Amino acid sequence: MNTTILLFLLQDGITNGAIYALLGLALVLVFAVTRVILIPQGEFVTYGALSYAMLATGQVPGTVQLAVGMGLVAFALDLFFARKALRARLVARSAALNIAFPVGLLAVTYKVAGPTTPMAVNIALALLIVAAIGLFLYRIAFQPIAHTSVLVLLIAAVGCHLALQGLGLVFFGAEGLRGPALSSAAVTAGPLRFTGQSLAVYGLTIAFIVGLWLFFGYTKTGKALRATAVNRLGARLVGIRTSLSGQIAFLLASMIGAISGILIVPITTLYYDTGFLIGLKGFIAAIIGGLVSYPLTAIAAILVGIVEAFSSFYASNFKEVIVFTLILPVLVLRSLAAPAVEEEKD
Amino acid sequence: MTQRLPLIIFALVMAVIPFVPGVPPFWIVLLDNIGLAALVAMGLVLLTGVGGLTSFGQAAFCGFGAYTTAVLTTAYGLSPWLTLPASLLVSGIAAVLLGLVTVRLSGHYLPLGTIAWGIGLFYLFSKLEFLGRNDGISGIPPLSIGSYKMLSPDAIYYAIWIAVLISALLTMNLLDSRTGRAIRALRRGHVAAEAFGVQTPRAKLLVFIYAAVLAGLSGWLYAHFQRAANPTPFGAQAGIEYLFIAVVGGAGYVWGAVLGAGIVVILKEVLQSYLPYIFGGQSQLETIVFGILLVLLLQLAPTGVWPWLMSRLPLKPGRKTPDTSLKLPARAQAGPTSSVLLHIEKARKQFGGVTAVNDVSFDVNAREIVALIGPNGAGKSTTFNLITGVLTATSGKISVQGKEVENAPPQEVVKLGVSRTFQHVKLVPDMTVLENVAIGAHLRGSSGAVSSMLRLDRADEAGLLAEAARQIERVGLSDQIDQLAGSLSLGQQRIVEIARALCVDPMLLLLDEPAAGLRHMEKQRLAALLRQLRDGGMSVLLVEHDMGFVMDLADRIVVLDFGTKIAEGTPAAIKTNPDVIKAYLGAAA
Repeated sequence: MNTTILLFLLQDGITNGAIYALLGLALVLVFAVTRVILIPQGEFVTYGALSYAMLATGQVPGTVQLAVGMGLVAFALDLFFARKALRARLVARSAALNIAFPVGLLAVTYKVAGPTTPMAVNIALALLIVAAIGLFLYRIAFQPIAHTSVLVLLIAAVGCHLALQGLGLVFFGAEGLRGPALSSAAVTAGPLRFTGQSLAVYGLTIAFIVGLWLFFGYTKTGKALRATAVNRLGARLVGIRTSLSGQIAFLLASMIGAISGILIVPITTLYYDTGFLIGLKGFIAAIIGGLVSYPLTAIAAILVGIVEAFSSFYASNFKEVIVFTLILPVLVLRSLAAPAVEEEKD
Repeated sequence: MTQRLPLIIFALVMAVIPFVPGVPPFWIVLLDNIGLAALVAMGLVLLTGVGGLTSFGQAAFCGFGAYTTAVLTTAYGLSPWLTLPASLLVSGIAAVLLGLVTVRLSGHYLPLGTIAWGIGLFYLFSKLEFLGRNDGISGIPPLSIGSYKMLSPDAIYYAIWIAVLISALLTMNLLDSRTGRAIRALRRGHVAAEAFGVQTPRAKLLVFIYAAVLAGLSGWLYAHFQRAANPTPFGAQAGIEYLFIAVVGGAGYVWGAVLGAGIVVILKEVLQSYLPYIFGGQSQLETIVFGILLVLLLQLAPTGVWPWLMSRLPLKPGRKTPDTSLKLPARAQAGPTSSVLLHIEKARKQFGGVTAVNDVSFDVNAREIVALIGPNGAGKSTTFNLITGVLTATSGKISVQGKEVENAPPQEVVKLGVSRTFQHVKLVPDMTVLENVAIGAHLRGSSGAVSSMLRLDRADEAGLLAEAARQIERVGLSDQIDQLAGSLSLGQQRIVEIARALCVDPMLLLLDEPAAGLRHMEKQRLAALLRQLRDGGMSVLLVEHDMGFVMDLADRIVVLDFGTKIAEGTPAAIKTNPDVIKAYLGAAA
């Protein structure tokens, strides 16, 4: 192997790794706040990417209708759970968030969608659509069972993944899509060529890592979100609105997922079910980071990306096998290092 | 016999179905698929529902079973019957290797780990040359008896359902045994089970292997049913579906697996055939509905359909009362070598910078009731955990009858004749009082998993249950013997814990706040029982906050404050000790 190939593989690995890092961060974020292991994270990626790609061709993606549908269900749930104490303010707030927001989004999308819509508008629309879906997903699927065990939440997450992936096929079809690049700029350094796209990937990843780290470590809201994770009841007793915390976490996670998707869809063709595998690799990074540490997750994600790049060069057939088996020794070390606390499970 | 009757009726109904005129052949195919899924789900019931180990990777073990027979029959021309043990063996060995890694994982790492190796194995199946890569292996011979080849779905139907019924029977036998109780205790954490000698890692590995072998059996049948094997049915999606089946049916119930398999397979079939008519040709709609149903189910009925159904049926399983005349041999005892039973010398436990137990020394003599008291956070429960091996001491020496414990695990400490109860009750709430107490006698039985499945353990089992029943009678809970432990009041649950500890036939009984939650009369009865035990030759070390109870009962009292021993003496001396008064009431101004 010569240096050029080595550098090339490293670059490839780091670019993919940065995406995994973003997803890993979102997973850590959601787990830390809601204890949900967010299997549908991959769907946020594909929804973001393919909604953006469809908008770029002037079509209206089905995701926006899904957002409206989920908003209606979320509104109905809000009314149902508040039926004993329906107040006008509460209903108005719920209607604004769950009905006016997605319906407005739908109207705007239909109005502006066209082959000549500026790229920035398409990106914004794709992001907002996925953000709405993420928000409503928490409200519908997880908020009613927020107090249950990690296991029940995990199985529910798997259910959401199945449903969303199936819907993905309905919205985007079985054919893969590719979106237009964000920028055609490129920098050449030695034998390597850095496209504007990959630079954007690096920049955004670093920005998110630093941002989340600061947010959770140093702001009051961030600390409130973490308190929710440790003890829901305790957090409520000191005045933290735990359901709001969960919604914020899902909102952030879905937007991060959508951004990752928009970043990679110009680089590789995405299919409706690609997200699952991409999400799982973010997952491996998140688990190596112990589902708690942001910097560790980012480093692990880069490692996963590099291992993947090298194994696809040397043993392309066994790329996935290698990447997924990588997790086992890590899990064992994690379990051994974890304090022997007694778990009371039901 | 009454418990067997429904099983026999079910077996007869299943046997007759193919002969009923007018049953479409397609129904038989569905029933075949239900049986295959039920086998895998039954393993998951034991693994996840009973043992608390969630696995998303069971489909991979089906793959091991199916590919083993596929390779051996097509490439080497072996008879399918010869490959059955091979298939089970390969699944079992794979389970041992994966299990050694997996069962060590704690909490949510475990299900995540199973997802990871489930996907890894799927890719391995689809990339290996000798497994035919993505195309798989076709041309697998059918099962045959003599010259009769089981080619049609209704021929293999019997093979599948006989396998299901036998597996169900063996699984139920296993659950209703010494090993089964150990497995059922796993879900509630390992501390309590280990305190009575259960080797929890081994029990976990056992259920893991058992579940894998059932999945391997299903895979073997599947390969000869489809006469082909390819990677798709052994992927992550299938693994998720098996877990779904177990949850729908009611994880934790053997028949829930069969019911769940029925519901899911039929539902999937209906969705696949009717949804396209309603929504016009869109594929994969069934996964959408599936996912939504799964989320709905978890919100509405997290325990599954089977328990819901059973609670509506008037049947109540009749339980045999154990024959208390059977006597277990007394535990082999070293005999009193000295009057000092428990000797603690400068025991120390640090958690990071906090010293929970600070060089505490005291003794418990034979035939003595010693109370360990002190304000909250004084280190009393930590001392208990050091003695019983739940925690390892940072430094110091603890010996029982002159034998140094030296950081032995709880399973070894209990063998020395030290048994305990817990401050926070650790019973299995969905097991009866009798079954819970019988866990205490775990080390006094010897039957393993295989003899339990084949019902060769009955003599051993009767002895254990008799001992449990006798101890329950001794603590005065005979009326509650068949109730679920979770349905008792907290005070009664503490008494059940004492009965469980007595089943060990201990020399030293450690009781952590036994009187908390008891009424006055119950406390008096408890005190009388403890005195009677002492007079019978047992020693008791107890932590208790009820000073009236302690002063009245204890021969000697040890007082801890902030991890340090501040006083030791008779109740009368302790009552007037100025340091003790200061610790409890604060310094006089």
